[in-house]
Amino acid sequence: MSTSANGSGTGALSATRPTEVSRLDRVVIRFAGDSGDGMQLTGDRFTSEAAAFGNDLATLPNFPAEIRAPQGTIPGVSSFQVHFADYDILTPGDRPDVLVAMNPAALKANLADVPRGGTVILNTDEFSKRNLTKVGYAEDPLSDDTLAPFEVHRVAMSTLTQGALADTGLGKKDAERCKNMFALGLLSWMYHRPTEGTERFLREKFAKKPEIAEANILAFRAGWNYGETTESFATTFEVAPAKLEQGTYRQITGNTALAYGVIAAGQQSRLPILLGTYPITPASDVLHELSKHKNFGVTTFQAEDEIAGIGAALGAAYGGALGVTSTSGPGIALKSETIGLGVMMELPLLVIDVQRGGPSTGLPTKTEQADLLQAMFGRNSESPVPIIAPCSPADCFDAAIEATRIALTYRTPVLLLSDGAIANGSEPWLIPDVRTLPDLTVEFATEPNAPDGSGEHWPYVRDPETLAREWAVPGTPGLQHRIGGLEKAEGKGNISYDPDNHDKMVRLRQAKIDGVDVPDLTVDDPSGEARVLALGWGSSYGPIGAAARRVRKKGLPVAQAHLRHLNPLPANLGEVLARYDTVVVPEMNLGQLAMLLRAKYLVDIHSHTKIAGLPFKAEELEGVFTDIITSTKEVAR
Amino acid sequence: MTATDLGLPALGGLDLVPTTDEPQKAKDYKSDQEVRWCPGCGDYIVLNTIQSFLPTLGLKRENIVFVSGIGCSSRFPYYMNTYGMHSIHGRAPAIATGLATTRPDLSVWVVTGDGDALSIGGNHLIHTLRRNVNLKILLFNNRIYGLTKGQYSPTSGQGMVTKSTPAGSLDTPFNPISLALGAEASFVGRALDSDKKGLTEVLTAAAEHRGSAFVEIYQNCPIFNDGAFDVLKDKDEAAQRIIPLTPGEPIRFGPEGEFGVTRNGWGGFEVGKVADIGEHELVVHDPTIADTSYAFALSRIGDQNLNHTPTGIFRQVTRPTYDDQARTQLEQAAQAKTPNLQSLLTGKDTWTVA
Repeated sequence: MSTSANGSGTGALSATRPTEVSRLDRVVIRFAGDSGDGMQLTGDRFTSEAAAFGNDLATLPNFPAEIRAPQGTIPGVSSFQVHFADYDILTPGDRPDVLVAMNPAALKANLADVPRGGTVILNTDEFSKRNLTKVGYAEDPLSDDTLAPFEVHRVAMSTLTQGALADTGLGKKDAERCKNMFALGLLSWMYHRPTEGTERFLREKFAKKPEIAEANILAFRAGWNYGETTESFATTFEVAPAKLEQGTYRQITGNTALAYGVIAAGQQSRLPILLGTYPITPASDVLHELSKHKNFGVTTFQAEDEIAGIGAALGAAYGGALGVTSTSGPGIALKSETIGLGVMMELPLLVIDVQRGGPSTGLPTKTEQADLLQAMFGRNSESPVPIIAPCSPADCFDAAIEATRIALTYRTPVLLLSDGAIANGSEPWLIPDVRTLPDLTVEFATEPNAPDGSGEHWPYVRDPETLAREWAVPGTPGLQHRIGGLEKAEGKGNISYDPDNHDKMVRLRQAKIDGVDVPDLTVDDPSGEARVLALGWGSSYGPIGAAARRVRKKGLPVAQAHLRHLNPLPANLGEVLARYDTVVVPEMNLGQLAMLLRAKYLVDIHSHTKIAGLPFKAEELEGVFTDIITSTKEVAR
Repeated sequence: MTATDLGLPALGGLDLVPTTDEPQKAKDYKSDQEVRWCPGCGDYIVLNTIQSFLPTLGLKRENIVFVSGIGCSSRFPYYMNTYGMHSIHGRAPAIATGLATTRPDLSVWVVTGDGDALSIGGNHLIHTLRRNVNLKILLFNNRIYGLTKGQYSPTSGQGMVTKSTPAGSLDTPFNPISLALGAEASFVGRALDSDKKGLTEVLTAAAEHRGSAFVEIYQNCPIFNDGAFDVLKDKDEAAQRIIPLTPGEPIRFGPEGEFGVTRNGWGGFEVGKVADIGEHELVVHDPTIADTSYAFALSRIGDQNLNHTPTGIFRQVTRPTYDDQARTQLEQAAQAKTPNLQSLLTGKDTWTVA
């Protein structure tokens, strides 16, 4: 196949210039630029190419809360890191092997993360004196020894892009905006990526503006051809497809997986869905995705505030729908009174918290897992709710189904704790066969249930096994009843201020949640000799797992276990904890799970915490685990 | 952004709610719960009126739901033998919105008070009204906080001495009718707790209205604000003050009908003697006028001191409801694309590992 250097033919690009081809097992690339430079799109496209090629992959988008922070400044830098490999990987990678910096700010903000000998590709056009001054470079890093430890490629990307688009009639400024596709083309050439997908994507994305689609494709090809024709790139790289579990895969982000999980839960329960919600970073994509799938019986209600969002969801649940609300930590604070009402009225409700940095507005676009105690205790009085936390982007799908199962089975609000890292991050997903999804069918009450044979309906008669009350929805004849936030008389459900009744009802509500069926915790300890257990929850699964692998490679045994159910905890957890000399719990908070474990099991926990708005690095946890294992050995001696 | 015409047929407020031929009586709507308002509370009369009026709708009782917030009036659902929810302070309109949107076969009523609807729940009230969700909002206005024992409310007059304002309230009160109209309410009415006939008329029209119907009910609190509306209950005083709104009729009042409403120079309305105004200059009431300015001007005749108090239906216009449109979008989406979960999950870009 020949390379079409120009024009908009549909043939795939292919390399012809002989280069040295280096085979790698994994590569981490970080695209960094101004928030207006389209780095998220660039990274996303490269990821799709890697996925289409069959690599395993994980991604980490990192962008400012401001839509357009001042141009060319460090706060305005947006980046997208993709890790792809020929084996199953667990994290988006600690450090980029390749940094693509579209301007001086991107270089300055990211260079410290690039290991010595790493590759840095620069858009030299942006390295003007003015831009350098803006980010505090006294000397031009292109001319001093700042970049000496790295392999540097200087590419005038803006100029080359404008040149490539000179004949399109596009204005200079519009042409320059396609430079991200030039960068993508260049990297696609370097790493032997398939290109058809990106060209198809651009045609579809700009279907209504074909001239823009063609301009982007031209820029993309110009980038590819630049690598192909100039001699400055002597080596290209290949990362073979990964040998993942057999099956059909797609790439998916956590928020999309979460939305699909909700839709699947609606289908499996045969219930209409009402998502009542309010826009908030980083949860809004759940709303955006669900709003596209009305054909599945999904109503998305963008309410006037967080409170109305969950209120509508609870109202829909009262009427027999699957009520869902989605938000981030600040929204949970506002919704807590309604969650309490859901606890009191014992109605199913799915509450999604995509956690972000806090307190208060905090770091809206950065990740954190510090809402665990808010989820556990953030309501007045004794107000227990089950808590589920997905461990990866794809796992959000299963977590949503599991959370819904618990909500419907036990007639309770359930909190699902995702976070910014897995919400926006993506990975390959082994597409499930829908025939294997659990049946979530619920039965509404149809007959009066009073145990005294009076023919009345008592709303608080419980299933002896699950302790769930019946779900009697309006429109069912003979079951008219009133529920609300006031304490209920056991069984009958009328208002009751009786002291003994209140004591009993508080304990019943707690017992119901304590009795939720949760699978036992499984422990991964290939050696069978570990005396240190690394225990995590939520999105830190990847870095903990990657660190455990590294430690084991060094010949040090370590066991790993990960909690998906945070409330109630697995029944065997106490026994698991007791098996190890040391239990280390890494968390992106100040030790919230550690506190719960110490309180419940009276065991010492080695709490390792970090709250930097970014996921743990595997190398960091490797160090922590190594130190602990070594000192545990010494103590044992 | 483009707008989509959903092409909805005109429906009545109750057209999708199942009816019954079985005759109903007021007592069928009484629950077994003992009513626990203070003796002499206006809420009793409103409860009785609603229990007497509901049978006239001929609806299946199990398809009626009362949702309330917090406050004295919000105990209302417990006393109705229908489905009911006593929810959270101020949030009933939001909860009812979720219910009404997913269940077109229900007649959904919100019972609220001046504190519940206008203070803590003000945001939900105005947004529900602007969306025009098919539910009926009954605001029991006693101009005081009763359940928390006597603090001033958003409808208490300036200078009012209450438990929390010993030196007099500083707040300018809301005119609830004006507020609802400002929020684009499609149905706005007012009635007096003691006026069974007037209240029943307004409630009947509200029930049959498709969309949000807002009804302010002046309600006496005998404990913390007793006699707040007495001037409207004394026969002679009432005749001088109450301005009945009758569609198609000139707006006039007084023992002999000697007073009337006419336009003033500013686009508003004012009250005067018919003899001075001239009969042909009287405003003829038309609640269906699309421009809210008309009903708003009417609402401004009323004042905090109740010197002039229009009662009846201020506004009753037809416009699309949120819930009908939301359901239509779902139906259209399902017709355009048959839901297939496997194909959704699979998506467009996949690869296979053999």
